[in-house]
Amino acid sequence: MSKIIESGKGFVLPDDKVQQSVSRRKFLGYGAAASALVIGIAACNKDDDNMPSNGINLGSGDAGILNYAYALEQLEAAFYTQVIASPYSGGSVAEMALIKDIRDHEIAHREFFKNALGSGAIQALEPDFSSVNFSSRESVLNTAKAFEDLGVSAYNGAGKLIVKADYLVLAGKIVSVEARHAAYIRDIISNGTFADNTVVDTNGLDKSRTPAEVLTIANTFLKTKVTGSNLPTS
Amino acid sequence: MNLKHIFNEIEKVDPEVYERLDTRRSAMKQFSGIAGKLALAAVPIALGSMFKKAYGQSNSTLFNILNYALTLEYLEAKFYSNALAAATAGNLAIPTGAPRTAIQTIGAHETAHVAFLKTAITSSGGTAVPEPTFDFSAGNGSNNGPFAAVFTNYALFLAVAQVFEDTGVRAYKGQAAEPALMANNDVLTAALNIHSVEARHASHIRQMRKTNGGLVPAGVDVKPWITLKQSGVDSAAVQASYDGEETTTQATIQIVNINGQTISANAASEAFDEPLTMPQVLAIVDPFIV
Repeated sequence: MSKIIESGKGFVLPDDKVQQSVSRRKFLGYGAAASALVIGIAACNKDDDNMPSNGINLGSGDAGILNYAYALEQLEAAFYTQVIASPYSGGSVAEMALIKDIRDHEIAHREFFKNALGSGAIQALEPDFSSVNFSSRESVLNTAKAFEDLGVSAYNGAGKLIVKADYLVLAGKIVSVEARHAAYIRDIISNGTFADNTVVDTNGLDKSRTPAEVLTIANTFLKTKVTGSNLPTS
Repeated sequence: MNLKHIFNEIEKVDPEVYERLDTRRSAMKQFSGIAGKLALAAVPIALGSMFKKAYGQSNSTLFNILNYALTLEYLEAKFYSNALAAATAGNLAIPTGAPRTAIQTIGAHETAHVAFLKTAITSSGGTAVPEPTFDFSAGNGSNNGPFAAVFTNYALFLAVAQVFEDTGVRAYKGQAAEPALMANNDVLTAALNIHSVEARHASHIRQMRKTNGGLVPAGVDVKPWITLKQSGVDSAAVQASYDGEETTTQATIQIVNINGQTISANAASEAFDEPLTMPQVLAIVDPFIV
C-alpha cells in the first residue's frame, strides 16, 4: 500500500518513496515563439562546449538539457544505423521495416536537436557498441530495449528540469514516440511485455531517471564520455 | 454532455464556479442554459476560455487539470472493464491468451491511474470529480451511436481502444507545459510517467489491430506510431484525434530530409507526437460522456 507524502507546496502524490521538494523555478519566457529556440540556445551555451578531461560537458540550464537529449539521440541513431547497415538474420520483412522506421525517427530527433542547438550543440559523439553482436537478433533487440526504456525514463526525468515551456512540449512530443518504440521492441522480444512490471509500477507509472543515472548507463556505449555535472538537478 | 452538465459537475466540487467565471451570476446561469443549443465545436472553446479567466495560477488550476486527467482515465478504465466483462460473457471475442492478457494489463493500468489521481487530488485538499456515465457507442447517451457494436465487434473494440490511447497521449502532452503543472515537479513528473505508459498502450493496441486486420481504407498500414494523420479507422468521427499529427515542422525546423538525411514525410510525422488542448479533447470525448 502506498504512502502519502507531503510535498513542498502542499500538493500530495501517492507514491512509494519520498517525493523531492518542488522547485522554485520561475517560468520565464512561457509562450515565447518557438522560433526563439535556435537563437536562444545558441546564445546561452557558448561557455559550455569545451571538453574537459573528464569528457564532453553537456552544459547548464535548458541548453544543457537539450544537449543531454541530443547525446542520447546520437547514441540511438548510431545504433539503429548500424543495425540497418548490417541487419541480423531471423527478423521478418515487417520487423525490419519497422526497425528502419525507428532508425529514421532517431535520426530525425538527432538532427532536430543539432539544428535547434546551433552553435551551442555538443560535438558528434563516437559510440562504442563493442558489447553488441549485430548479427544476433537477441543481442540487438535487447540493446534496443535497453536504449528505448532508457530514453523514456530520461525524458520523463528531465521534464521537471526544463524551464522553458516550448522545450518541455518538444520533449513530450519525442518521449511518447520513444515509448511507442520501447513497447514495440519489447513485444517482438516477448509479446505482451510492452508495459510490464519491470518498467511500470503498481500506480501504473513509467520510470523516471536522473541525468546522472542515465549518463552512467549511456557512457558504457560511448567512446566519447559525456558528463552532466552542470545540468540542473531540480 | 453539454456545457450545462459540465458546469453542474464543476459546481458540485467548486460552488463558486459561477462567481469565478463572472460576477454576473445570473447571466452565466443563463448562458449555461442555452449552451446545449450551441454548436458542439464552439462549446469547448467557450469553456476553455472561461476556465482560463476563472482560475488563476493556483492549486485550483492544478486540480482542474488533474480532474480532467481523472475523467479521461475513468473513460479508459470503464471501457476496458466493460470490454473484459463482455468477453467473459461471450459477447466480445477478445481471443484468450496474449490478446486477453494485454487488455487486462492495460485495463489494470487505467484503473491504477484512476486511483492514483483520485488520491492525489483528495489528499491535497481537492475534490475529485465523480465518475461520469459513459456511452461507448459515442451516442451522447443514446447508446446507439456510430460505435454501438464496440462490445460485440472485436475489430471495432480495438479501433476505439486505439483512438482512446492515442488521444490520451495527446491530452497529457497538451497539459505538460501548463504553468500550474510546470510549477509542481512532483505532479509534472507523475503526469509524464502516465503519459509514456499511455503511449506504450497505444503502441501495443496498434500492433493488435495490425495482427487482427480489418483496417481502412484498404491498403492502409497501422504501425505502432502515428503516420501522418492516418487513423486506420472507418469513421470520420475519430479524425479529430489525428488531425495535426501530420506536421513535419518542429520549432520552425523542417524535419523532412533534414541536413541531407533521407527522412520521408511519413517518418518525420511519426517521429513527433503532437499535443491536443483541453477544449479539443473535451470535444472528442463529448459523445462518449452522457
